[in-house]
Amino acid sequence: MIPACLLVDLPRGEAYRLDIDPPVSVFHTDDGEVFAIDDTCTHQDASLADGWLEGCEVECPLHASKFDLRTGAVDAPPAKRPVRTHEVLVQDGMIYVVPSTDAPNLPPCVAARLASGPA
Amino acid sequence: MVGASLAGLSAVRSLRKQGYDGRLVVIGDEPHRPYDRPPLSKEFLAGTLAEDDLLLEMDDEDLRAEWLLGARAVGLQVDGVERVLLLDDGREVRADGVVVATGAAARNLPGTDGLAGVHTLRTLDDARALRDELALGGRLVVIGGGFIGAEVASTAYALGLDVTVIEAAPTPLAGPLGETMGQIVSALHEAHGVRLLCGVGVKGLSGETRVDAVLLEDGRTVPADMVVVGVGARPCVEWLEGSGVELDNGVKCGADGRTSLAGVVAVGDCANWYDPQAGSHRRVEHWTGARERPDAAVAALLSWGAVEAGAPRPPYFWSDQYGVKIQFAGHAAGADSVTVEEGAPGDRSFLAVYRCAGQPVAVLAMNQPRLFMRWRKQLAATAS
Repeated sequence: MIPACLLVDLPRGEAYRLDIDPPVSVFHTDDGEVFAIDDTCTHQDASLADGWLEGCEVECPLHASKFDLRTGAVDAPPAKRPVRTHEVLVQDGMIYVVPSTDAPNLPPCVAARLASGPA
Repeated sequence: MVGASLAGLSAVRSLRKQGYDGRLVVIGDEPHRPYDRPPLSKEFLAGTLAEDDLLLEMDDEDLRAEWLLGARAVGLQVDGVERVLLLDDGREVRADGVVVATGAAARNLPGTDGLAGVHTLRTLDDARALRDELALGGRLVVIGGGFIGAEVASTAYALGLDVTVIEAAPTPLAGPLGETMGQIVSALHEAHGVRLLCGVGVKGLSGETRVDAVLLEDGRTVPADMVVVGVGARPCVEWLEGSGVELDNGVKCGADGRTSLAGVVAVGDCANWYDPQAGSHRRVEHWTGARERPDAAVAALLSWGAVEAGAPRPPYFWSDQYGVKIQFAGHAAGADSVTVEEGAPGDRSFLAVYRCAGQPVAVLAMNQPRLFMRWRKQLAATAS
C-alpha cells in the first residue's frame, strides 16, 4: 500500500501522479470518487494525469484515447489495450494505492525502455 | 455506412452504443479494415509500427456489421422511403439511413501521372509504397510545407535521406497557424539541416519514366530521387452529385451533421458542418473531428433530427516533427494577436495563445502537453 496524497490536496477534477515505476495516477472525479490507474497511455508515451477528466473517463492529452477509470477499458481509439487499474483506499484523509499485481499494458516504446533497465 | 475509416467506424460504434440494433452495412473503397492514418507519415513510415498496429478495431470487438470492402459507392438514389446506394461493381444496397464518411483524397500535381518515384500519402497502400522507396535512400523533395509534408520530411530526415521542402506560400502552415507561428514551427526543418524553399511555385517535374528533378517557377532545378506531393486533399463527394444531397466544399451539413436529404448525415473529412459560433460552414480534416462528431450525427440520424446537438469541442490536432510534439486547438483564422505565454520557441518548449478582441480563440504548444490541456479545456469552457 503506497500513500499518494491527502484527499483535501486533490480537488475534484484533478489528478495526482505517483512517481513510481511505472507511474500511477490518482484521479478525483467531479462526483467525488477516487480511482487509480497506470499513468502511461497504452497507445504511446503520454501521462494520463495530464489528460481530460470527464465523469469516470480520462482522455489522453496527446491522441485522445479514452479510458474508463473504473475498469481501465478503452472507450475510444487509437488505444486498443486497457490501462491497468489499482485499488484505492482512503484512510484518515490519506489516499493510498494498492498496486496491482497484474502486468501493465505499457506502449511499445516505454516497455522497451523499462526492459533495458534504468537509463 | 459509406466509408470505412475512422469516421465510419466511429459512426458504427455510435450507432450500436445509441441502441441501433438493426442491419448495418459498411461500404469501403479500400480493401482494408479500418486503420489509423496519423502514423502513416510518422511511425509506420519510419518502420517502428507494423500494419497490425494500425488497426482500429479491438480484437474482441463485435459491431455486428457487414463489411463490403473494396467496393466504391458511385451513386445515391431515393426510392420511396428507402435510400439506394449504387456500387461500382453493380450491386445495390438499400437503407433506411445513410452515413456519408467517404473522406478526402490527396491532391496531385497535374501531369505527374505515370512518373515513377512520385508519391502522395493518404492511404496504407500509399504509405507502403513510400516506405519501400525511402528505404533506398537518396534525395527526397517534398512539395508542400503543410503538416503531411513536414511530417514526411521529418521522418525521411531521421531515416538519413537528403530532404528539401518546397512551399509555394511565403510561410508554411500560415493557414492553420498564422504567419508568426507558421514561421516558428517550420523553422524546425532548417534547424535539422532540411532545406526549406518558400514563396516559390513548382512548374513541373522532369524525368522520362522516373522523376529526376523538380522544376521551380523561378527557373531553379532541384534534383530528386523521389518526390512526395503534399498539397492538401479534396473531399470525395463526386459520387453524390445529382443525388439531392447539397454539396459545397464537401457535403453541406447542419450543426448536427444532417444533410439536405432526409435520412442522410455526413461525418469526417468530407463533411462541411455548420459552426453556429462562427456563423459559417467549416470542413475540418482533423482526426479528432472524425472520432467525435459521429456521435452527434448518429443521434440526429436515429431521432430524425429531434435531438439537439451539443456544442462541439474546439477542433484539436497534433503533429510530431523532429521529436517535437506540436499541439493546436481552436481556430487561428479569427485571431488578432498571438503571444507566447510560457517557455520559448527557441527551446522547442512553449505555449502560445491566439486572441480575438482579448478573448482566447486558439492555443498552440510545442512539448507542453500538460499546460496545453489546461488551455484546451479553458477554450472548450468558453466555447460552450
